Parts: sequence; C-alpha cells; structure tokens
Amino acid sequence: MKSLAELQAIKDKMKDKVVIREGVSTTRVVVGMATCGIAAGARPVLSAFVEAVNEGGLAQTVTVSQTGCVGLCQYEPIVEVYEAGKEKVTYVKMTADKAKEVVEKHLKGGKVVTEYTVANCE
Amino acid sequence: MKELSLNILDITENSVKAGATLTEISIIENGDTLTIVIKDDGCGMSDEILKTVENPFYTTRITRKVGLGIPLLKMAAEQTGGSVKIVSNTNVATHGTTVTANFFKNHLDFTPLGDIKETIVTLIQGHPDTDFLFIHQTQLGEVKLDTRELRAVLEGVPLDTYEVIVWIKEYLNEQYQLLDNR
Repeated sequence: MKSLAELQAIKDKMKDKVVIREGVSTTRVVVGMATCGIAAGARPVLSAFVEAVNEGGLAQTVTVSQTGCVGLCQYEPIVEVYEAGKEKVTYVKMTADKAKEVVEKHLKGGKVVTEYTVANCE
Repeated sequence: MKELSLNILDITENSVKAGATLTEISIIENGDTLTIVIKDDGCGMSDEILKTVENPFYTTRITRKVGLGIPLLKMAAEQTGGSVKIVSNTNVATHGTTVTANFFKNHLDFTPLGDIKETIVTLIQGHPDTDFLFIHQTQLGEVKLDTRELRAVLEGVPLDTYEVIVWIKEYLNEQYQLLDNR
C-alpha cells in the first residue's frame, strides 16, 4: 500500500539532491502539449521521455518539459531538444518507441536521429 | 481524441494557462451517465469570449486561451446525447471557470475514458507549481488525489521529482485496483 509515510521518505532522500540538481541541466527536451499534440499522441511520448531520461541516469543533465502549440500541427507529436551551444533539434511525428530511441542515441550517445527530424519529413 | 482522458488533459491545460492555483477535476459515474467537471480559480473569461469558445473558427493564437479543445469536448459529449456547459467569471474575488460535460456511457458513440491516471500524472509533471484535486466517483467507491496534501508532506521537494511522479503513478494504480476489487 502506498502511504504518505513513503512520500516522506522520498522527501528526506531528495532534500539534498534538489540543491545539487539546480543549475546543472544543460539539455532541455520540450514536448508540444496543445490540443493538436495531445490528439496526435503526445501524452505517451512525454511519459516515455520522462521515464527513459530518469531510468537512464540522465536526470542530472536533462530536463523534460511541456509547451503549447509549436505551429506545425500536422507534424505532431513534436519534440524539441535544446542543448547548450548547439542548434535546436526538432523531432516530428513522435511515438513512445521513437522517444526511447532518441534518449538512447541522441541524449546518451550524442548523435541526432536525423530520420525523425523535421528536416527529413518534408 | 481517442480517449476522454485526453480531452480532460487538454481542457485542464487551459485552466493552468488561465493562471489557476487550484484545478479540481471530477469524474462522476452514475448508472448510464458520466459527468466530467473541471473547475479552476484562473482568471476566467468575459461573456464575449465565453460566447466564442465553442466556435472552432475562433482562435486565440495570440493569447492561447482556447482553440479546438472545447469544440472537441462538445462533439464527444453531444454525440452520446450529452452536453457541455461552461460557467466563467472574471470578478476579482470569485474568478474562475467551470466546464461541465455530460455523457451517456451506453451510447454507441461514447468515447472511452481511457488512461486517466496518465492524464493526472502528465498534468502534475508539467505543472508542478499548481495544485490539482482529482476525484473519480463510481458506484463502487472513489479514487482521490490532492496535490496540496502531497505538497505539505514534500516540504519544498518539487512535485515533478521523478521519484514523486513514480509514487503518484503507483498510488493511483493501487487506488484503482482497490476500486476494481470491491
């Protein structure tokens, strides 16, 4: 049974970590969560990124966040990756499986998965 | 939208954008009816805007308050014989918006609720600084999650901390399992 006491234990464990985490994130993953994105399947994409980034030990350097309509509704679900000192990468027509692949190859391996980018879609 | 839980996610995003500090999401199942109520304490809408939000050709691209969200919810409700009602006001003391949608579950065109747990987790992950009160009542009992209670325990640890998100997911899973086993 999940209890608030268990949440308390998480708090005690995280209290120190929170301080460390602030300011070190160098990569931002942003998932479009407007009506167009949600209808196209952005919810499982976001969930896959959150899980893969954290389970893959990238939580210290990568943040996953949500945004509104990017303006390319026909290519949703859209995911933008911002890395310090690099050009923004826009992934289109994403799925949960593609998200896991992007975490492995791009965020961990440093290699953009060009076949899923907007440049490759037109 | 393939699931009503996606409509709920979409409509609740409007509440957050309206600056809500607390958004109450209620799902009430009673016999053949399912009612969704999304009530926020955001800035509210004027009567002029309220009149236009159901119109799919009305866009607030600049302010991004509404778009296709309400028309899609309205369609999902009306195709089951149900309806959508929106009450909103911009008064300083009582501002906020309440969207109520009624569905008939046994209608052929009823969209399934889908993964509501994932919707709640997504909302909390994306908006860890605002509060959500989620209540799902069925004839078997209810599932409830109040982020204000979690926040009080967490004492400053953000709600979007991964360990917290996992806890919320597992908590909701358990609550639904308990409900199903009754």
